[in-house]
Amino acid sequence: MKQYVIRRLLIGIFVLFGVSVILYSLVRLMPGDYVQNATAGNPKITEEMRENMRRVYGLDTGIVEGYVKWMGKAVTGDFGNSFVYDKPVVDVIRSKMWNSFALSAMAFVIQILLAIPLGIISATKQYSKLDYTLTTFAMLGISMPSFFLAAILQRFFAIGLKWFPLSGMVTAREDFEGFRHILDVSWHYVLPVIVLAVISTGALMRYTRTNMLEVLNADYIRTARAKGLSEHKVIYTHAFRNTLIPVVTLVGGMLPSLFSGSMITETIFAIDGIGNTAYNCLKQGDIPLVMGFNMFLAILTLLGTLISDILYAVVDPRVRYN
Amino acid sequence: MKNVKADPLKFKESELREDTSFEGNAAILSPTRLILKRFFRNKLAIVGLVILGTILLFSIFGPMISPYGEYEMFYTHNGKEVSNTSGYDLTQAGVSLMNKAPMSKAHWLGTDKDGFDIMTRLMYGGRISLMIGIVVVGIELLIGVVLGGISGYFGKKIDMVIMRVVDVVFCIPTMPILMILGSILVTIKAPQQLKIIFLMLSVGLLGWAGVTRLVRGQILTLREQEFMTATEAIGLSTSRKIFKHLIPNVMPQLIVFTTLGVGDVILLESSLSFLGMGVPYPYASWGKIVNLVNDPIIMTDYLNMWVPAGLLILITVLAFNFVGDGLRDAFDPKMKR
Amino acid sequence: MSRNEEKRMEAKENKARLKEIKRVNKVANKAYRDQKKIYNSKSTDPSVYKTEMKNKDNLLEIDGLKTWFYTDTGVVKAVDGVTINIPAGKTVGIVGESGCGKSVTSMSTMRLVQGPAGQIVDGAIRFHKVNGDVVDLTKLPTSEMCKVRGKEIAMIFQEPMTSLNPVFTIGYQLDEAISLHKPELEKKDVRIQSIKMLETVGIARAEGVYDSYPHELSGGMRQRVMIAMALCCEPKLIIADEPTTALDVTIQAQILDLMRSIKDKINASIMLITHDLGVVAEMADYVVVMYAGRVIEEGTASDIYKDPRHPYTIGLLNSKPVIGKKVDKLYSIPGQVPNPVNMPDYCYFKSRCDRCTEKCDGKYPEMIQVSPTHRVSCWLYEGGNETSCQK
Repeated sequence: MKQYVIRRLLIGIFVLFGVSVILYSLVRLMPGDYVQNATAGNPKITEEMRENMRRVYGLDTGIVEGYVKWMGKAVTGDFGNSFVYDKPVVDVIRSKMWNSFALSAMAFVIQILLAIPLGIISATKQYSKLDYTLTTFAMLGISMPSFFLAAILQRFFAIGLKWFPLSGMVTAREDFEGFRHILDVSWHYVLPVIVLAVISTGALMRYTRTNMLEVLNADYIRTARAKGLSEHKVIYTHAFRNTLIPVVTLVGGMLPSLFSGSMITETIFAIDGIGNTAYNCLKQGDIPLVMGFNMFLAILTLLGTLISDILYAVVDPRVRYN
Repeated sequence: MKNVKADPLKFKESELREDTSFEGNAAILSPTRLILKRFFRNKLAIVGLVILGTILLFSIFGPMISPYGEYEMFYTHNGKEVSNTSGYDLTQAGVSLMNKAPMSKAHWLGTDKDGFDIMTRLMYGGRISLMIGIVVVGIELLIGVVLGGISGYFGKKIDMVIMRVVDVVFCIPTMPILMILGSILVTIKAPQQLKIIFLMLSVGLLGWAGVTRLVRGQILTLREQEFMTATEAIGLSTSRKIFKHLIPNVMPQLIVFTTLGVGDVILLESSLSFLGMGVPYPYASWGKIVNLVNDPIIMTDYLNMWVPAGLLILITVLAFNFVGDGLRDAFDPKMKR
Repeated sequence: MSRNEEKRMEAKENKARLKEIKRVNKVANKAYRDQKKIYNSKSTDPSVYKTEMKNKDNLLEIDGLKTWFYTDTGVVKAVDGVTINIPAGKTVGIVGESGCGKSVTSMSTMRLVQGPAGQIVDGAIRFHKVNGDVVDLTKLPTSEMCKVRGKEIAMIFQEPMTSLNPVFTIGYQLDEAISLHKPELEKKDVRIQSIKMLETVGIARAEGVYDSYPHELSGGMRQRVMIAMALCCEPKLIIADEPTTALDVTIQAQILDLMRSIKDKINASIMLITHDLGVVAEMADYVVVMYAGRVIEEGTASDIYKDPRHPYTIGLLNSKPVIGKKVDKLYSIPGQVPNPVNMPDYCYFKSRCDRCTEKCDGKYPEMIQVSPTHRVSCWLYEGGNETSCQK
């Protein structure tokens, strides 16, 4: 097991290396002066800053040499300073990611609480009216453009009914503290959490349903029935435990992505998370931050697959890594 | 239960026996027809097909029927409606842009803030979305099938190399990269048409990892099976083995992937366009039309501008998902009912 | 008629059939739903399912059972009017080729046929319960059926490799079965009994196996566990569906010995389903030969082995290799089992039979009594024609 994890980590480092090469070459291979182009829209960026950036990215040297220089610093966690925030990129990411995490985590909990039970009900009542209804809702969630759902919610629940604030994280001009503050923030989080939950629940529900159906066809389910177990016990002990294996694996793999933020939803609702930050910095040509953000996402993705694989070994007694 | 006293087997005696006494009740069905039969029993899949058909008609033939062009802007002059393609002199005094016009007989969904006819823009937007979806999935399939096929068939070192590349591509964050590319596209000076092609290429080049894994995995399992040993034993050529025996067996998965994939790409493209980094101006795109909600006045008072576009994205992607899901069930013989 | 026309006619006919199939399946689906409601009803009157045995000595009477499968290509009559009696304390072997309906018969007895595709359409399965009641298993409500399954009728499945739940320990799965049917037992007593059961089926390190997962055991071990699980509540009827097919020949003999000794110990009956004539010869008191969903011959083991009557049985016995007998080529019955979707109304074996008479073109033959214990369904023996066809 230990060996397996070490091997996976080594592969992970290799993959990160590959991702960084591609990211770096993207900046280098752009037609024209990428720095000039990307920062053209931002009057705050001075020629001096551009020069500085060219140096950070080794744009004044050859591509290989430049990469080595950039990578040498990146390995130590130095991705340069963000122009927009005038702080090290790592610090910016660290300070913003918790807002994103809070948002994603709430949606994540709702997603799991809805998707797994509904997926199982859907499977046990396959082809019933209930199954069709649940499937339709799941598919609607999967197909829903988040920006459209966000706009609809804003239009009807914030502007129309005025139940929830339109956007932002706290009520302006109200300096709530302690519990009132938490309440206020949660209030602002309701709509974005709904958006994230709606667009993510469907997929997990379908996944649970598919796996449950597969398990229900297995020989050991027949054995369980032949023992005289009630259908309820067959489904909720025997089938459920087996369905959980792939589901837990998938869900565990989603954990790191909770930190990655959601660009569109955060932007629309003006949540000061990592996604919104990255979007704004991108628009202003804050290359160091965008590069750092991309590397951050790649690391999270890798961590996700690693956690998935390890969980698989933990949950499924059949799997042993040697 | 009211009728507990009734013999539970009674209904069988009467109706069923009579029904099945018809001896010629066997029919011969080819595998394809069996799949089709299973597919068409899925009501949601049929709903999906109908929606897709409607959307196709809407966006392919719609523009031909529509009296307006994609870039036709409307103005008013002394209460008369004119457009920039009618040759009317728009520079004279009193001509004003007819933007945010309400829904009317002439403009079913009104005009947007640039004075475009929304209905017409929706039709052209559909064309672009569908085209991007299909082309991108085509690119993904092309790369994915070739690399996955090579990887799965030859194995060993080639497999190792390809799979590491796949890992890397899989780890590249799609959305931010596309946005970087998009922001570059906005600044560089190139024909807009070229930019669309560039957009499709980049989405395709970022998305092939999934297909490659799918094809490779499938081929690895197939290779283990007896019929492949048999092709080995009778000495078939490599190309024959690949194209006659392996690829047809991967087809079901690829067909499902294609249907679901087009939906995914449309969703991705609309998100990009919504963020202003997708389909370049002045082309129409559903995502870009929804983007109008960023103006609070439009969000509140001009639902006719952005809701139809959002709904179109939703039902188009939904239709692709319904059909794809139906196909997956139909191909899978285990999903009997 | 030109070929084109013929083709068109065929297509038309096919279409009509498809339409008919669709209608039949719809009716069947509805029938299934209605039946399920009746099964799940909480307050079913016992008079619905209580019945009387035809013969008091029998433990199980399968009477005219029809289990049909409604598929896209038509109705598959997997079991079509099968009558089998299992006397108390005896072993009845059911033999036949794959697809002859023997497994479906056993699954119907356990009511494990998966609907709505598969349904018991007609017939009765009468079972003599321990408390003296006789019930019709096809009419028993599900809650009652659960009390019969595992406790009074237990089943050993064909696939030991996949029939145990991979995520639970052997101990858990055994305990579960015991505590389900003996709720009065305490937890530690259940454990003691599980381990005792494992020892009974000849597992050496019972304690160790108790805590292991199925994937840690070999196929033979797993089948022993399956047997332990089936026998832990001392059922009166053990249904063994090809219990040794997936096992090594050496393990086969051990498993069979084990089943026989346990059967004697708890005085149970066995319904042994197999295509292996050797296994049947070794184990069974009575033999039932099935072909294409029907019983074609039945009798005591010696009736069938020493004096087979039906040409199919004779062919089956001839195709079995015999030690010490030199043959150039092993006998095989010509032809194939007919497509079960579209059965003709004459003897199903007709097309493969080398002893047909003109009678065989007529209706499907009734069961004919050839001796007090021996019955056969073949026109050759109509009207007391006693000629044995054994050469």
